Amino acid sequence: MATSEDRPPEPAAGGRALRRWAWGILPLVLLAVLVGVFLRVGVRGVFQTAVPPVEELAIERVVLRPGTIVIHLVNSGPQPVTVSQALVDEAYWQFTISPDATIPRLGRATVTLAYPWVEGESHRLRVLSSTGVVFERTIEVATPTPTPDARYLTTFTLLGTYVGVVPVALGLLWLPFLRELPERWMGFFLSLTAGLLLFLGADAVAEALDLAASVPSAFQGVGLVLLGVVGAAVILAAVGRRVAGEGLSRRLALATFVALGIGLHNLGEGLAIGAAYGAGKVALGTFLILGFAVHNTTEGLAIVAPVSRDPLRLRTLAWWGALAGAPTIAGAWVGGLAYSPVLGTLFLAVGAGAIFQVVYEIIRLMGGGRASAGYQVAGFVAGLLVMYLTGLLVAV
Amino acid sequence: MQALVNLLARRPRRRSGGPDPGRRNLLRAGLGALGGMAAASLAPALRAVAAPGSEGHSLGHPHANLTVGEVNLRRVGFDPLAFLTTWDRGVVRRLPDGRVLREFKIVAYDREIEIAPGLLFPAWTFNGTVPGPTLRATEGDRVRVHFINAGTHPHTMHFHGIHTAEMDGVPGVGPGEIRPGGSFTYEFDAIPFGLHLYHCHALPLKRHIHKGLYGVFIVDPRQGRPPARELVMVMNAFDTNFDGENEVYAANTVAFYYARHPIRVRRGELVRIYLVNMTEFDPINSIHIHGNFFHVYRTGTSLTTAEYTDTIMLCQAERAILELRFPYPGRYMFHAHQSEFTELGWMGMFEVTDGDV
Ligand SMILES: [Cu+2]
Repeated sequence: MATSEDRPPEPAAGGRALRRWAWGILPLVLLAVLVGVFLRVGVRGVFQTAVPPVEELAIERVVLRPGTIVIHLVNSGPQPVTVSQALVDEAYWQFTISPDATIPRLGRATVTLAYPWVEGESHRLRVLSSTGVVFERTIEVATPTPTPDARYLTTFTLLGTYVGVVPVALGLLWLPFLRELPERWMGFFLSLTAGLLLFLGADAVAEALDLAASVPSAFQGVGLVLLGVVGAAVILAAVGRRVAGEGLSRRLALATFVALGIGLHNLGEGLAIGAAYGAGKVALGTFLILGFAVHNTTEGLAIVAPVSRDPLRLRTLAWWGALAGAPTIAGAWVGGLAYSPVLGTLFLAVGAGAIFQVVYEIIRLMGGGRASAGYQVAGFVAGLLVMYLTGLLVAV
Repeated sequence: MQALVNLLARRPRRRSGGPDPGRRNLLRAGLGALGGMAAASLAPALRAVAAPGSEGHSLGHPHANLTVGEVNLRRVGFDPLAFLTTWDRGVVRRLPDGRVLREFKIVAYDREIEIAPGLLFPAWTFNGTVPGPTLRATEGDRVRVHFINAGTHPHTMHFHGIHTAEMDGVPGVGPGEIRPGGSFTYEFDAIPFGLHLYHCHALPLKRHIHKGLYGVFIVDPRQGRPPARELVMVMNAFDTNFDGENEVYAANTVAFYYARHPIRVRRGELVRIYLVNMTEFDPINSIHIHGNFFHVYRTGTSLTTAEYTDTIMLCQAERAILELRFPYPGRYMFHAHQSEFTELGWMGMFEVTDGDV
C-alpha cells in the first residue's frame, strides 16, 4: 500500500490522530471482510466434505428429583447438535427437551426424564445425537439434588461454618502465643506460613487442573486455570502495590491479603463441599468435617503471623476471620445449588493465584528480616510437612 | 482441606467402580425413600419432542422405556410394517428344461437411514433398505441375481445355500469383491429349502455386515407350507458411535417400531414368523413371545417341528421359522429375552383381534 508516501505532510494534529485511528481500524475491517468471505465461500469450499460433523455435547449438570432426572446440556462443539434419543441404564427412555432438540454452539438445553432412579445406587445417563454420537455421564451415588430451601441453606451454612469459619477463627487465637515468641522463632513461623500457603496453592492448582478435565472443551479448562491463577496473582499484586506503604501498614495489608487469598481459596473449597454434598459425599460424616477443621486451623495462623508484633484491634481480627472463612459458606451454597465445573475450576484457580501472590509477599517481607536462615528453612519445610500430614488425616 | 476438593475432583475419574458400601448405608440412613415415587407428572409441563399422535401410551407404563418421537418412513428407507409381509419373487421365466428361472436385481449403495426417531445411521444397503429385500424362491428354482455395486466400497453378495465356489461371493474366490461401479451376476439353484440369508462378505466383514448389507432369502419347499400369515423378522442392531457396541437393537431396523405400531394378527389364524439373526457384535440374540408358545423349525429345512417353546435363541446368521396361533385377543409383547436388548429397542407387540387385520 503506497498511499502514505503519496500524501502531503500531515496538516494538523487532529488530522494525524484521525489517520492513526484509520490505520488502526483498517486491519479490522479487512479481517471482517475475510471472515465474511470465508463464511460465505471458504467454509463450504474447504471444509464441507463428507467428513462427519464434530459434535461435542457436555453434560454439565444432572439434577435428581424424586422419580425425575434432569440433564443440563451444553453444546461445546463447533456446530449445532441435535439430540435424538436418551438412555438411562442402557434403556431408551422417554424424555422432553427444552427449549429445543437442536442446540446451537454454546447453547444449552435441558432433558427431563421421568425415571424411577434408586436412592444410593449408580445410574448411567447417555444422550444420543442425531448422528449417533453418544454423550454420557455416570451418577455414582444417586441422591436427590438439593433445592434452595431453608433446610439446605442452613445445612450449607453450618457446613461452611464448621469447615471454614470456625477453624480460621481458632487459628487466629494463636496471636497471643506468637506475640511472646523470640524474633528468630517469628522467622520460623512466618516461613512456616509461607510453606503452608505454598502447599495450599499447589494443591489448589492440581485440583483446578483435575476439574478442568471435565470442563466442556469450548470453555478451555486449562486456559481457565491459567486465567484464574495468573489473573488473581497479578491483580492482587497491583492492588497491593497501591495500598501497601511501609512498616505497619504494609504488614497489615499483607495480613489482609493473606485473609483474602485464603478466602478465595475457601470459596473454591466451599463449592467443592456443596457439590460433594449434592453428590451425597459429605454424608461421610463428622469425621471428615473434623479432619478439615483441624487442617484449616493453620489458615488462621497464616493470617496473623505477619502482624504478630503489631498492635491489633479485635475488630480487625474478626474482619480477617470473616474475610477468610465466610466465603466457604457462600461457596457451599453455590456449589450445592448451581454447581458447574466451569465455576469450580475458575474459583479454585483464582484461589491458587491469590495464595501464590501472598506467598511471594511473605517471602519478600522476610527478605529484609533479621531471623536466621536456618529457622526460616526449617519453618518452610515444617509448613509443607504440616499440610501434608494433616492432609493425610482426611485423605479418602 | 484438599481432601474435600479431592472428593469432588475424583468424581469423574471413578467411572467404572461402583459406590462404596459404607457411603450407601449412610445415605440410606439419612434420606427417605424418595426414589420409588411416581414421576410422570413433570413431563407434560415441558414441550414434548414427541410428534403428535405417537403412541407413547401404547404400553400403558407410567414412565416408558421407549424412544421419543416418530421416524420418518422415507428416511428409514422402508416401512417396517410393510416389510414384514413383502417378498421379492423376482422376474420369473421358464427355462428350456421347464424349470423356473428367477431373476433379481440388487444394487448396493450408501444411504443414510433412520434407526430410531431422529437417529440417523450412515448405512450401506442392498436396494436402499436395511435389511435388503426379502428374496423368495421355490426349491429347485434357478436363481439369477444381477448385482451392481453403486456404493463407495467393494461389496459382494454371499448367499447361504448350496452352490459353486464361484458363486460364493467371498474375496479371492471367483469374481471376489465387486469394485464400486462393478457388477456381477450370481447364479445358482435354490437348494435346500428353508430360511436362509444373504449378506455382503467383503472385508472387513464385521463392518460390511453391520452397516446393513444383509437380507433374507426364503426357499419354499416344493410342496409348500400350510397357509399362514407370514412375517419376516430380522433381528439386527446398530453401533452408532463405532465403539464395537450397539446403541440400537431392533427387529427390522427401527427401535421399538412394532411397540408403537403393533403387528395386527387375527385370533386363531396360523402365524408364521421367518426369524433371522443378523445382530452384529453380540454373538446371540433371542425372541420371546408373551402369552403363547410356538413351534420351531430350525433353519426351516424340515417340515416337522422339533421344539415347542416360548423362547429361542439364535447365534449370528442362525434362523428359524416359528409357527403359532393366538387363542385370545389383546396385545402381546414380543422381545429379545436379553432384557438389555429389549430396553435398547428390540421389543414389539402383537395386536390380536377378531376383526380385520
Ligand atoms: Cu460390503
